[in-house]
Amino acid sequence: MPTAMEIYKLLPRKNCGECKFPTCLAFAMQLANQKVALEACPYVSPEAKIALEESGAPPIRLVTVGAGELAVKIGDETQLFRHDKTFYHPTVLGFIADDAHGLNAMKSKIDSAQAASFERVGQIIRVDSIALRHSTGKVEDFAEAVKAAVSQKLPIVLMTEDPKVMADAVALCGDRRPLMYRATPQNLDAMLGLAKACCFPLVLGGASGLDELSQMADKAKKAGVNDLVLEPGGSSAGTMLESMTAIRRAAIKKRFRPLGYPTISVVGNSETDMMRASLGVMKYSSVVLMEDVPREFLFGLMALRQNIFTDPQVPIQVKAGLYSVGEPNEKSPVLFTTNFSLTYFTVRADIEKSKLPVWLLVVDTDGQSVMTSFAAGKLTPESVAKAVETEKVKEKNVRNEIVIPGMVSRMSGKLNELTGMKIVVGPRESSGLPKMLKSISG
Amino acid sequence: MAFEAPKEKFPGRIREVAIGATKELGGTRRARLVAGGSNGLQLHKFECDVPNRPLIVMDVVDTMRVVPEQLVQSIGPVVKDPVDWAKKIDREWGADLCVLKLQSANPEEENRSVEDCVALLVEVLKSTTVPLLVYGCGFEEKDAKVMEAVSNAGKGERLFLGLAEEKAYKSLAAASMANGHGIVAFSNLDINLAKQMNILLLDFGVKPENILMDPLMAALGMGLEYSYSVIERLRLAALLGDPVLQMPMICDCSCAWAAPESLEENPERGRPELRGIYWETMTAYAAIVAGADVVIMRHPQAVAKLKAALADLGGGS
Repeated sequence: MPTAMEIYKLLPRKNCGECKFPTCLAFAMQLANQKVALEACPYVSPEAKIALEESGAPPIRLVTVGAGELAVKIGDETQLFRHDKTFYHPTVLGFIADDAHGLNAMKSKIDSAQAASFERVGQIIRVDSIALRHSTGKVEDFAEAVKAAVSQKLPIVLMTEDPKVMADAVALCGDRRPLMYRATPQNLDAMLGLAKACCFPLVLGGASGLDELSQMADKAKKAGVNDLVLEPGGSSAGTMLESMTAIRRAAIKKRFRPLGYPTISVVGNSETDMMRASLGVMKYSSVVLMEDVPREFLFGLMALRQNIFTDPQVPIQVKAGLYSVGEPNEKSPVLFTTNFSLTYFTVRADIEKSKLPVWLLVVDTDGQSVMTSFAAGKLTPESVAKAVETEKVKEKNVRNEIVIPGMVSRMSGKLNELTGMKIVVGPRESSGLPKMLKSISG
Repeated sequence: MAFEAPKEKFPGRIREVAIGATKELGGTRRARLVAGGSNGLQLHKFECDVPNRPLIVMDVVDTMRVVPEQLVQSIGPVVKDPVDWAKKIDREWGADLCVLKLQSANPEEENRSVEDCVALLVEVLKSTTVPLLVYGCGFEEKDAKVMEAVSNAGKGERLFLGLAEEKAYKSLAAASMANGHGIVAFSNLDINLAKQMNILLLDFGVKPENILMDPLMAALGMGLEYSYSVIERLRLAALLGDPVLQMPMICDCSCAWAAPESLEENPERGRPELRGIYWETMTAYAAIVAGADVVIMRHPQAVAKLKAALADLGGGS
C-alpha cells in the first residue's frame, strides 16, 4: 500500500470536506489505513484513481481458473519464505492429456485426474486440473476431449498455440473459465484478442527470457488482458529455480508489475521431471502440469504440497477421539496424547513399533504439542477427563488405567481424582513406548 | 524498460567442513570431502558461490530392530550384515559418505559391548575407503564409553561423531577432540537450540571447522514443513552473518522410512516400496532446497533419484 503522503499527492487537495473528513490529508490517512473507499471523494481524477488502484493492488495478481466448487485460485502470494507469514494458494497440480495418444487415452486421463483424490490428515487432497493438449493428433479428437472435460468438474487447461484451435476450444467451454495455454511472442496479438473477448486467463510463455516475458505482460495489460499466468520455461531445474526466484522477488520486493502474476511449470514424466514438479511446489510455481506420473510419486507430491502450504501459525490437527492402533480389546492399554498431527503420528508410529494393540485417546488441544498445550493450560486433567468421558473410554475398556505422557506427570494426582483411573506415567519421549508397552502388557 | 533480475548478496558464508582423511592426511579414506562453503541460498548459482555440491551419506544400522521388513527385501540381505552393507555403500550405491549407526549398543535392547562396537568399526574401516560418520545409540553413559573407544580406533580418519545433544555432549566432544575427529551437533527443530548447541561445543573447545549441525529433519508428511522452515531460517541467519550458525547442516532423511505413509499397504497410493523410495527422495530434496549441505539416506534407488535431481538443479557431480 502507498503511504498517506503518496496518496495525498494524487488527491484534488481542495479540502472541500465532502468526503466527511476535514482535509484531503486526513482523508489520505484514512485511505492508507484502508478505513474508507476512494469513491468517497467526488473530485478524484480518473488518472489518480487508476494510479491508486494500481498501487493498492496485491504484488501478485489473484487469478481464478475453473468455475464451481472445484475452481482454483492462484497467485496473490506475499512472501519469499513461508516462515515469514505463509504461502496462501497451494500449487495447482494437473495431468496433461495429449491428442497424440488418441481420444480414448485422453478420456481415460480425464477420468483418472478426476478420480485422483485422497484424504490425508483430515483434508481432501487432489489433482486440481486437467490439461488438454493439441499436438500431433486430430483436432477433432482434441475438441471431443474438451467436451468430455467440460462435462466433468475439474478446471481445464487448453494447450495449443494455434489461435484458431484455441478459439474453437474456448467456444466449447461455456462459462467454465479454462486457462488458455499459451500466448508466445509469435501468436501474442491473436491470443490477446481472444483473451480480451472471452475474459479467460491466459498463459504467456515461449519468451527468450524474463525481459521479453515482462514485455509481453506489459503489452497484454495495455490490451486490457489482466488475468495472466507466466511461464518462464527453462531447460533444467536450475534454470527453473533461477527464473521462478527472479519472478517472485521482482514482484514482491521490487513491486515490478509486469511480473506480478502467478506462474506455471509444465513438466514431462521422467524422473528429473518429477523432481522438477517437487521443486515447483517448493519454489514458487502456482501451477504444475505433468504427464503420466506414478501414483507412488503423486501421493508424495501431494503430501509435500500440503506440508509446504501449511500455515506456520496454524498447525495441522488430527480429529480428537479414541483411535485404535492394531485391534485393541477391553483389556488393552489406554494412552493419551494431543491432536497436533506431528505429535499424533510420532506417538502412533512408536506404538506400532511395539506391535501391541492399544487405545490411543487424542485430546483436543487446538493442535498444540504436549508440552506447549500443557504450558498453555489447554492440556489439563479436566480436558483429559472430559475426553475420557465423551469417548466412553471406560465402556470400551475395563483396565481402568491410563498411560500419560511423561512430560505431564504432574497431572497424575488430579487426573486420578477426576477419572478414578489408575495413572501410569509413560516415557518422556514416545520412542520409549515400545519398551514400556511390552512391560505393562507382559 | 529492460528487466534485471534482483540478486541477493549476503555478508555471511557457510563454513567449509571436511570429512574423512586420505593417506596423505594420516587416514585410510579415499577422499576428504568438503561440505558447505557457499555465500548464498542453496544452489543459487546465479548469484553466489557454490564451491561444494551437497553430499549424500548412506546409513548402516547395526541392528535389524529398526530396519523395516520391506527394506530387507528391496535393499537385499546385506542389511543383515553391517560390514556387507557398508561395502555396498562403499562400492556400488554411489554415496559420498557412510554413517555407521551403532544402535545395538543400546543398553535397553541388544546392549552390545564397547569391544564389539569397536570391532565392527575396525572391520568397516578395513573393508571400505568411504569417509565415515559414527553415531552412538543415544544413551549418554553407554555412548561415552563407546565413542571414546571409537575415537581411538578411528584415529587419523577424521570421522564425524554424533549426536551431541544439549544435555549430553561433553564426553562426545572430548572423544572427537582427542583424535582430530569432527562432531555432529543435534538440536530439536529449534533455531535457538541449534545456536545454543554450537555455543556449548565452541565453549568446550571444539573448533568451528569440526562441527556439522543437525537441526532434526522431519520426514515428508511427518512435519517436514517445520524442518523446512527451521533449515531456511538457520541458513538465512548464517548468511546474514551469525558466525555461530555458519556450520554446514546435515539432515537425516532416512526418517522417511519411519513415516507410516511411506510403507503402508494402500493400493490406491501404489506399491509401498516405490512410494517409500519417492518419500525418502522428496524428503532429502526438500532438505537440500531449504539449505542442507549433507543428507543421510537409506535406499540406493532414492539416492540415484536424488543424484539425478541434484544434477538437474546444478548441484550434481
